[in-house]
Amino acid sequence: MSLRDVLSPFTAWKHVIDDPVTIKDPFNRPGADRYRGFHQNDMDKCIGCGSCEEICQNAAIDMVPVEGQHAGPGDSGLRPMIDYGRCCWCALCVDVCMTGSLTMSNEYTWVDSDPDAFRFVPGADGKSWDLDVKGYQREDVRRLTGTTRAPMGEMPAEERIGNFCEIVDGFTPEQAVIEADRCVECGLCVATCPAHMDIPDYIAKVRDGDFEGGLRLLYETNPFSQACGRICTHKCETTCAAMHEGDTIAIRWLKRAITDSVPRERYFDLIRKPDVPETGQKIAIIGAGPAGLTTAYDLARAGHKVVVFEALDKPGGMMRYGIPEYRLPYDVLDHEISVIEAMGVEIRCNMRVGKEISIDQLKTAYDAVVLSIGLHQGRSTRVPGSEKAEAAIDLLRRITAGEEVPVPEQVAVIGGGNVAMDIARSMARLQKIIYGTVGVTVTALEELDRFLADREEIEEAQEEGCVIYPARGPQEITVAGDTVTGLRTWKVKAIFDEEGRFAPKYDETDEMIHPAGMVVEAIGQMSDISLLGADLTEQLEWNRGRIMIDSEGQTSEPWLWAAGDVTSGPDVIHAVADGHRVARSVGKMLAAKREKLQ
Amino acid sequence: MFSFKPDRSQYPAPGPDGKLEVDLETGKYLKLWHGPNHPGITGNMSVELTVCGDEVVEGKTHVGYLHRGFEKLMERRTFIQVFPIVCRVCVPEPDFNEYCYAAAVEELAGIEVPEMASWIRTLILEMGRFNSYMMAMGGISGALGLGVVGQWMTYVRDIMLDRFEELTGARIYHMFILPGGVRAHLPEGFEARMEEVLQTAERYLADAENLMFKSSVFKTRTQGVGVIDPALFERFGVTGPNARAGGVAKDVRKDSPYLVYDQLEFTVHTEEASDIYARTLVRYKDLLETIQLIRQILRKMPKEGEVMTNLPNVLHWKIPRGETYIKGESSRGEYGYYLVTDGTGYPRRVNVRGPSYTHAMALLEHLIPGTNISDVAALMVSLHTYPPEIER
Repeated sequence: MSLRDVLSPFTAWKHVIDDPVTIKDPFNRPGADRYRGFHQNDMDKCIGCGSCEEICQNAAIDMVPVEGQHAGPGDSGLRPMIDYGRCCWCALCVDVCMTGSLTMSNEYTWVDSDPDAFRFVPGADGKSWDLDVKGYQREDVRRLTGTTRAPMGEMPAEERIGNFCEIVDGFTPEQAVIEADRCVECGLCVATCPAHMDIPDYIAKVRDGDFEGGLRLLYETNPFSQACGRICTHKCETTCAAMHEGDTIAIRWLKRAITDSVPRERYFDLIRKPDVPETGQKIAIIGAGPAGLTTAYDLARAGHKVVVFEALDKPGGMMRYGIPEYRLPYDVLDHEISVIEAMGVEIRCNMRVGKEISIDQLKTAYDAVVLSIGLHQGRSTRVPGSEKAEAAIDLLRRITAGEEVPVPEQVAVIGGGNVAMDIARSMARLQKIIYGTVGVTVTALEELDRFLADREEIEEAQEEGCVIYPARGPQEITVAGDTVTGLRTWKVKAIFDEEGRFAPKYDETDEMIHPAGMVVEAIGQMSDISLLGADLTEQLEWNRGRIMIDSEGQTSEPWLWAAGDVTSGPDVIHAVADGHRVARSVGKMLAAKREKLQ
Repeated sequence: MFSFKPDRSQYPAPGPDGKLEVDLETGKYLKLWHGPNHPGITGNMSVELTVCGDEVVEGKTHVGYLHRGFEKLMERRTFIQVFPIVCRVCVPEPDFNEYCYAAAVEELAGIEVPEMASWIRTLILEMGRFNSYMMAMGGISGALGLGVVGQWMTYVRDIMLDRFEELTGARIYHMFILPGGVRAHLPEGFEARMEEVLQTAERYLADAENLMFKSSVFKTRTQGVGVIDPALFERFGVTGPNARAGGVAKDVRKDSPYLVYDQLEFTVHTEEASDIYARTLVRYKDLLETIQLIRQILRKMPKEGEVMTNLPNVLHWKIPRGETYIKGESSRGEYGYYLVTDGTGYPRRVNVRGPSYTHAMALLEHLIPGTNISDVAALMVSLHTYPPEIER
């Protein structure tokens, strides 16, 4: 202890004249640039997926309806309401936000005497900090849920063009689990799927490796899960929350992963007919396509006797005769249909209604009749020479049936939809097998980015050597004697007039001749309704060439329902949804009938 | 010449077992509650003192005022949802919880953290250590009546909190070290602003040195008081500055380096006396070491690089069965997280090993008998304990 030890504490006195270091007015002290203050939410960007609600460990977030926000494709219409009595400002909600709509301002002081004021919907209940640019935002991309799709094997173009083998390998179970992990279970896809499949639930089953459980779930809503796992137009993926900052979840391939992972014989154990009493009521279904067979599946499981009349050799409808084998192998379809048959559905092939049996006979012998005949007649461009053109749908059917199909070295296809791509790619394969080269030209009225075909169909067709000429309108199918020599097209200036009606305008100076030994028209199909007969056609109500039905699928005749492409379209999953709807309606009518008899 | 030693001869001598016989009926003894609301207590805990005159005969520690059941709460949260909770286990130095939990999850889930994130994590831990020591220095001064040092330290801590705020987005619960990395890069101009804070800190610490280590009052009140016999270190699990003040150069950063400590140069300071003075001096020297470490980190860290890795979907994140113990050197000693996973989406068990548990309960009870009432607060603060950490 020294004198210095006594004196040195007095050095503190040098601070006696210093200003105080305290902040005089804390209310006017701005938070740091990335301060985690009150939330902001971009109402237009938010899709109401509820990931923020899901991750919040304080249960401070509730998804609530908000005035002016409407549910629609890809938007639940709900928005997060935050209770600041519970919020701990951890910002996990911001980090997990699928669209990046939810951020935090750097505003952290707010005084209000009403405690309820601290529970509000950011973005909807206007606050002074709504437009603040400062505050917490996640640094770059979403890191808390995967953004990149799991890889999947696919046959390279040069290999697949020489055969009709299936192109994509499908996910292995391991790949499927990785992909399923990315799903945030928002359920926006369920609302979008026409059949409202339990998508997040079956994806959860994949994640858990419970493929059999997943299969049971699939068949609750879709007896064509194997087909849809391959060729569904996957509308669900167009509203997937994951698409906003990354790849959409491969919902279709996950469905396929489930169906591929379960051994085929196990299907019959897992998907059993429910133990219900037989009703003794009989239903005739015309057309063994997805709509008809879905109706049959549902009605047979409800204890009714169902007979399906199919005009062609084999059941499956457009799935078999329209979709090429490289997209949907026939053995998959055969197995799919055998599961439906195991429910007690009887399918009578080569029974063309209107020929082998009349619709009146069906009306008399059955309690109800369902018309699901699809669209099996090709439309024509009606340009000069079009009588020499082939119809795509007809050619596809002949290829499937194994009939002889002429394969010239050059083929021109008119149309930009999936059917056009199907026939172009099928003909390309046949050419490759015969000549070793591909000579397919596809022309369509639309610009490439407006084609109706799926993006991947277009890309794969190009990879396989098909040459696509967008925005070209057919003018003539050139013919020399009896032989088609090519297709003459003009550049399209506009497809629709000012009022939105179909009225293509061409630039006549920009003419092209696409040499071809065959021109295929793939510009749409229509139903062959000759089976109805003149009387019934007269009695039924029609809507722009299609049979008019009510909201449940019933026609103006009390015994006749219609489902599938014949009324709506345009794909398998819509047909399945339609099948369920009609089955419900028919079931209701049959129940009422039974009640009356008792 | 300047001896302020109190005359303790008038108090009864302890028995052969070192304890006094306490008979409240005699009227010689008095029960006195020290805390839970007392400026000399670091947080909410209390010590039930039995005093004879102004000498403490016995002290029983009472905790539970802050119990919120964190460890149990964590078992009911998904792995990502635990992240906002852990920081609350220790208020003045929350970052250790974030780091230990994140590192434990990363180890069991097999996640690699980008190098940049490791540097920023180290920076944050040192900033947290800085703040924690500031609190300790201020606390010990306050407990001895040197209020002005407490105010200086609080001010310096406050401007460091400004740096925390601009880096992490929050002042107290930073919630910045996520499993997988950290949330963001350093903001622009951060280094310069940090340097200002460090220089201010050095100025105030030099002033504080005059008031503490060069002050006869401080020396008299702390030297030879609250001595922990180094032989007790093992028995009571004493680590960190409390052990270093007794000559044991224990420091997890040196003994089993984590993050980027193997790339940093620093000295582990020790003292021999093992009393309040030595413990405070070790903290003071360590604080200066921390200041140079922060400078070193900012100088050596890479200028760019990813700060966060992509995690699996955290909404249903399952971690394979396993267990791990992650430890680090906090300002108070070895700090660790023991995490057990069972393959589900929730931790099976999270156990927080905080140095306060051993230091503030058993050790304090052992040290208290024989001290003067006025020394109890200083003794407690000199152990540098944080009650929330005792009551996970």
